[in-house]
Amino acid sequence: MNLRRFSLLRLFRRRRADAELLEEMESHMAEEVAENVARGMTDAEAHRQARIKLGNPTTVRESLWQQNSIAFVDKLARDLRYASRTLMRTPGFSLIAIGVMALCIGASTSLFTIVRSVLLKPLPFRDPNSLVMVYERYRLSEFPIQYAVAAPGDYLDWRAETHGFADMAAWTPSDFNLSGEHADLPEKIIAGAATWNFFSVLGVQPALGRMFTQAEDRWNADTVVLTWGLFERRFGANPSILGKQIHLDSKSYTIIGVLPRSFRYPSERMQVWVPYQSVTPPEYMHNHAYHQSHVVARLRPDVSVANAIAQVSAVQSRLHAEHPNQAVSEAAIQRSLNDDLAQDVKKPLLLLVCAVACMLLIGCLNVANLLVARGAARRKEVAIRGALGAQRWTLIREQLMESMLICFAGGVVGVTLSVAATQWMIATWKNLPSASGIHVDAEVLAFSCGLMFIAALLAGLMPAISSTGKSVLAALQASARTVGGSLSGTALRKSLLTVEIAATVILLIASGLLLKNFLQLRATNLRCATDNVLTLAYSLPQAKYNTPNKVTTFHEQLLDRVAAMPGVQATGLGQTVPGTGEVEGDAFLITEHPRGAGEDLSFALVRRADPGYFRALEIPLVNGRFFTRLDVDVEHRGQKVIINHAFAQRHFPGENPIGKHLKVQLWSDAEYEIVGVVADTLHQVDAPPEPTMYFQAISGSDLDGTLVARTTGDPLSFAIPVQKQIAALDPELPVSDVLTMRQIIGEWLGDLQLMASLVLAFAVLSLVLASVGLYGVLSYLMTQRTTELGIRMALGAQRQQVLRLMLTDGLKPALAGLGLGLAASLAAGRVLRSLLYDTQPLDATVFVVVAITLLSVAMLACLIPAWWASRLDPMQALRTE
Amino acid sequence: MAKKAQPNSEMLKGTLDMMVLRTLVGGDAHGHTIAKIIERNSEDVLEVEQGSLYPALHRLEDRGWVSSYWGASENNRKAKFYKLTAAGRKQLVRETSRWRQMRRAIGLVMGEELAGNGGGQ
Repeated sequence: MNLRRFSLLRLFRRRRADAELLEEMESHMAEEVAENVARGMTDAEAHRQARIKLGNPTTVRESLWQQNSIAFVDKLARDLRYASRTLMRTPGFSLIAIGVMALCIGASTSLFTIVRSVLLKPLPFRDPNSLVMVYERYRLSEFPIQYAVAAPGDYLDWRAETHGFADMAAWTPSDFNLSGEHADLPEKIIAGAATWNFFSVLGVQPALGRMFTQAEDRWNADTVVLTWGLFERRFGANPSILGKQIHLDSKSYTIIGVLPRSFRYPSERMQVWVPYQSVTPPEYMHNHAYHQSHVVARLRPDVSVANAIAQVSAVQSRLHAEHPNQAVSEAAIQRSLNDDLAQDVKKPLLLLVCAVACMLLIGCLNVANLLVARGAARRKEVAIRGALGAQRWTLIREQLMESMLICFAGGVVGVTLSVAATQWMIATWKNLPSASGIHVDAEVLAFSCGLMFIAALLAGLMPAISSTGKSVLAALQASARTVGGSLSGTALRKSLLTVEIAATVILLIASGLLLKNFLQLRATNLRCATDNVLTLAYSLPQAKYNTPNKVTTFHEQLLDRVAAMPGVQATGLGQTVPGTGEVEGDAFLITEHPRGAGEDLSFALVRRADPGYFRALEIPLVNGRFFTRLDVDVEHRGQKVIINHAFAQRHFPGENPIGKHLKVQLWSDAEYEIVGVVADTLHQVDAPPEPTMYFQAISGSDLDGTLVARTTGDPLSFAIPVQKQIAALDPELPVSDVLTMRQIIGEWLGDLQLMASLVLAFAVLSLVLASVGLYGVLSYLMTQRTTELGIRMALGAQRQQVLRLMLTDGLKPALAGLGLGLAASLAAGRVLRSLLYDTQPLDATVFVVVAITLLSVAMLACLIPAWWASRLDPMQALRTE
Repeated sequence: MAKKAQPNSEMLKGTLDMMVLRTLVGGDAHGHTIAKIIERNSEDVLEVEQGSLYPALHRLEDRGWVSSYWGASENNRKAKFYKLTAAGRKQLVRETSRWRQMRRAIGLVMGEELAGNGGGQ
């Protein structure tokens, strides 16, 4: 240890030590000379004698220098110097290679950063691996949701009756109007309502204050826990706010604690936490069909997940049997917290990982290819050095050093690029969870270093081994006048190219499919008005709007005011609009169709609409009538319902649904009369229309609303005037989601577009790399065969024949790669299927376009060297060595 | 790291280090003095070349047995002086006893009389 440190120190002080030694020996010499002079020698003789006695000073210096060096480091430094000199000599090649590696390593690093944060990094909870989310699972095939949120009653029974979990907790999303204390603007914030044991199940300690107690978890509770984000943003991170009041929906809450900065569950948008029962009315606490709860459970160390979830399923199965006329699922299902948060991004992320891996492979193969070409050009040098006694390992090491240098330089540039790229991805990719927790850190850097090393080995080892493996004699012979050209180097390059082209084809096809999918979806018609439509959401605070009359009056006054604005063609009120992906639904029964024994309940999406909603969105009426203001029943939702075409077709085939009755909210005896049938719309861009029920939006109990206004001009120019109308009615009411219909669709498609364009960028880059590779191989081949071609031409070969000869030579690996790539794409298409909506994974257009593109690019890359070959002057060619 | 060949009076391996340390017991000295003392005390049998002296001094310094500083020589020349450290003193004791054992062993093999000046003075 000690010795090693000394030798390292010595290594870096060699130069200084040498200078000192020189001085020391000079003084020694001077002493000796002085002594000799004292003995009576002449000056010259004294010097001569001293030199004879003391020996060669350079030898001393050299031996000391060597004594101070470490052989391994010395060799490494020499290799490094040699490699960097070789690279400097061909700056064009080096820059291209470094650029390629920078892009590949940069992209991989960015993606790894995201994948690690989103999919791999455990959440900042105690023992996160023993936490699971528990959902209800319906056996019904037509039910669109695989992981259905639980009802409060289910959660309570699960917790009381099963013993597989150490504990279970539940939370449900909610939102509040946070009104300003002083001059702050009111704002709408997303809140979580969590059971009192939620934070202890997760193992999260408050940064300040405390969490809820069991006694505080009740209806009308008035305690609140802030997230760090809100604490910092709104309260300037001032700890003295503990115990102070804030107003949520005009109701006063006491701040009892602040969550740690690391707590961003389930997303950053969630800003405060209130007790679970404070948002769940007591009459719903034991309801089994009021689905709103996300259940998180901690496994007991001695019980398996399967066992624990089987116990929950057993309870749920019993509940299902006990409530045959309610939407109670038959079983339970679990998934990990990470999967739960990453649900929408996991597959696209994995797809991108595959794409980047493909690109990295192509990049490595490309650099390998370029190195093989250089290796071939330096065959003579290598052979001579081998003949002079250089060990093969030394030669391989030297060449590896080159690819190491390329990959290292590329890696440094790439990691720098990836920092920016990661930021851009986070900003662009809307669905990405825990976005601010994603950053480059030591682990990511270690990954990139590993990647660099692997890439360097991949790119360097094959060329190094192939270029040093030849017998000295063969290589030296080949360096004399050659006619045939060495075939082995070319064969290696061709097979590298084949693999490269195959990988390119896979990428091209994947990107083609994604792009087509995106373009098709972009052209999708939501089947309602999408131009010049402004939407805007608000939520009335219950404390202030405490009677049904106040609520309906506000909605109606607002609609009348906006409708009276110049330039507004039509207005409507709903709780959402088509294209937002909202999947709120309910089970229902048809009074006129008695249900057979054992028959499953049916589900349909639930929407709310006021009399003007359908006209504002230009959704046509198929049958019956729209709502009128006469349907508005202040006490309850008008008892009238409108269904869509898909609903009528599925549940009333060959029957007139008008006048029939639907029972919903099956725990109550609410019954609704069908008064109209409207045309289908798409609730999300990439899903078929679902059966939908529209209830009256203007009712005493509906505090939330989305205002829809169809305008004559640019809808966004109406955003401020409409908000002024709201402020005129209630200055404290915050407005959210001011969006045009186009923006809503764009937001939904944004991620798809990102995905398609990223994969396309990778594919185009790969195509460029592959064609550069093709061009390189063929130009090299041409210089190799110059003499041969000269002879052919001298013997009467036509230029066209030479051209064809060279072209076929270059296109062979391209064709082989194309075939291989197409075959592999058939398999890759299966993986892609789940990401495509209306596009088949074996889309003929995409395959044909890719094949044609690849062949024409390959043809172009081959044509240039082939054309040069055909223009050779035979006399010149024969003289070339 | 083979040492360069030494001329006529080849020294036993490792003995130079010991002798250098022994020389420094008398006080700090620079390279020239050290060489002179060894030569004089060996009655000019042992000739110390720069080629072996300086690597040896360097080695000793590296192991912490001597330390060095720049000073002025008797003739007022700038010279690097070497000083025996505490560790160096211990090392000298170790080396000396090993040398004595060795000398005795070699003497036994060579059949020389032990009585003379050998033994343990």
